Amino acid sequence: MLYYILRRLLTMIPTLLVISLLTFFIIELPEGDYISNQIAVLKASGESASIAKLEFLRQEFALDRSFFERFAIWVGLWPGPHGFDGLIQGNWGWSFEYDKPVYEVVGPTLPLTIVLNAATILFVYLVSFPIGIYSATRQYSWGDYGFTFLGYIGLATPNFLLGLVLMYLANAWFDLAIGGLMDPKYIGEPWSVDKALSVLSHLIVPTIVIGTSGTAAMIRRLRANLLDELHKQYVTTARAKGMKEGALLVKYPLRMALNPFIADIGNLIPSLVSGSVIVSVVLNLPTVGPVLLNALQSQDQFLAAFILLFVSVLTLVGMLVSDLLLAVLDPRIRLGGGSGS
Amino acid sequence: MTNRIRQTPREEPHYVNPEPFDPTSTDVLTPEQERYYQASQWKIMWWKFRRHKLAVWSGIILILFYLCVPFAELIAPYTPNERNNDFLYAPPQALHLFHEGSFVGPFVYGYKADVDLETLRWVYEEDTSQVQPLRFFCSGSTYRFWGLWDMDFRFVCPAQDGTMFLAGTDRLGRDQLSGLIYGARLSLTVGIVGITISMFLGILLGGLAGYFGGIIDSLIQRVIEIMRSLPELPLWMALSAALPVTWSPVWIYFGLTIILGLLDWPGLARAVRSKLLSLREEEYAKAAVMMGARPRRIIFKHLLPGFTSHLIASASLSIPAMILGETALSFLNLGLRRPSVSWGVLLNEAQNISVVTLYPWLMAPVIPIIIVVLAFNFLGDGLRDAADPYK
Repeated sequence: MLYYILRRLLTMIPTLLVISLLTFFIIELPEGDYISNQIAVLKASGESASIAKLEFLRQEFALDRSFFERFAIWVGLWPGPHGFDGLIQGNWGWSFEYDKPVYEVVGPTLPLTIVLNAATILFVYLVSFPIGIYSATRQYSWGDYGFTFLGYIGLATPNFLLGLVLMYLANAWFDLAIGGLMDPKYIGEPWSVDKALSVLSHLIVPTIVIGTSGTAAMIRRLRANLLDELHKQYVTTARAKGMKEGALLVKYPLRMALNPFIADIGNLIPSLVSGSVIVSVVLNLPTVGPVLLNALQSQDQFLAAFILLFVSVLTLVGMLVSDLLLAVLDPRIRLGGGSGS
Repeated sequence: MTNRIRQTPREEPHYVNPEPFDPTSTDVLTPEQERYYQASQWKIMWWKFRRHKLAVWSGIILILFYLCVPFAELIAPYTPNERNNDFLYAPPQALHLFHEGSFVGPFVYGYKADVDLETLRWVYEEDTSQVQPLRFFCSGSTYRFWGLWDMDFRFVCPAQDGTMFLAGTDRLGRDQLSGLIYGARLSLTVGIVGITISMFLGILLGGLAGYFGGIIDSLIQRVIEIMRSLPELPLWMALSAALPVTWSPVWIYFGLTIILGLLDWPGLARAVRSKLLSLREEEYAKAAVMMGARPRRIIFKHLLPGFTSHLIASASLSIPAMILGETALSFLNLGLRRPSVSWGVLLNEAQNISVVTLYPWLMAPVIPIIIVVLAFNFLGDGLRDAADPYK
């Protein structure tokens, strides 16, 4: 098991490198950079006093180097103007827009992002599991049809629209403001039980909004997997031998259907994280989503690159956890060292 | 042995029916079976698809929606960027048939507008004294049909000096319904163009990986794995933020479709690869290799036709993701912008919760989006079932 974990962790390193390169490349795609754009603006307005300072800043952030050099400096694999000082060394870069280190800009939003995503994954598990079992064991019952129908609606409704509609309904019917992550009166207050409860109650709607389509997909898959198993001969044999229906279900078919269920969660994580970004923008949650949108619009490159990398790493870690869970559950993966895919 | 049996005395006289005998008559095919066995693969798929009622209806609904693409100008009562300064944020007008008990045909009541001095907003009310019957096959404001000819013919127009805002107007008095109809043009084609790009990449790279194997395979496999582990939307956001602002709407549109297609191919490539891997081992493929056919011919002539149907089915399942992607990007102001009109652009107006509560009809694009995405899902399900007609 230890060997498996180690191997799985080691394969993450090249992946991380490729992802960071890709991220950096995408962020650098627009012409120019934040500072050279400012220089252009200043030149256009005939102001030349602060240009020298900006030129100095460009050198300071190594923006005048070649692409790969800049990338290596950003990651911390290459000495920049101040020696090795990049992501590996714990320097997340500088946000031009806020004129602050990236750490100070996104720092407070990171825990909430992680909490929101973890809550969503938990929600997907907790809701889809019992419903999936119910739908499979009571196939073609009214409940099954109802859940299937709800699932289709959930799959088809884009989560940010669902957020918008829910926000409208909550406002129109219950006079509830569901935007934000806590009641405005707790902002800036020290943490207390009331404040935590307020955060929890504000988390419910976003979690449902982000998790709905994932839950619908998982219910469909668990139902299909379980139905496949339930029609196999060993189930009939066990039933013929007089095994109790509940024990029969839990002991064999469910365990078989569980593996693809957990593997699928890994595949779902990217779309869940995607959802959390846009839903945060719509519901005005203080996660990395709105910051990313802002940074992209103002071409605040290091900030945007860091957030992009952060959400990618978040999905990677999520997939890692689901892989490890799978390995715990399925000795074939743990011991065989199979290709995994 | 045989001799002895023949000579047994108890043998009945040998009887042969003198009627002419048709050896095939023993298992006669019913006309239906005959039709089935003689039908081509595509025909059987069609029969199988037809039995999936939900998929058929979804297909019909989609066709109706796609009719808006070429004929948006004729169907819409207004042009999408036409401003009606007298009717800002006007609520939807209900369509009536009877006025005071007598039949008038489809008509709307005019607006009675008042300023609410407390909130400084226009408040509209139905003015039942103004009956404005709709006109059909009429001429309204001029537009350029397909951007080529100046025309003013429409299927339906508001009454002379009347209004027809069946889905309300936005903050500049632009008609929502016309926006929805014109928006279908971009929103619905984004998926088609994007899926074409994604299919091209998927077949090419999946084909290379599946056919050649070895280093190429593991390399492409790695790329697929990495791409699939990335959250799509933030990447889409970053890429579309990289589109130059100076580009014309047409270029932005194509840039968007390329972005959507660029990130979507891994799923298709994976399907192509696994199918190719299994088909490569079939006898007919091996025979083609031995006869000296080149890889390109083998892939495109012998292997691809074997799973085209699967490809189409899985492609139709990823179109909705692209439609939603475009909507999300335009909604966030990163995709299309006015004067282009798409459902996402229209939704952009509904970004603010206070606007949404005051003017809920700005959320109207949600309805066609859900219908189209659902229809594509059902259609894809039906196609996928039909893709394996012999099962």
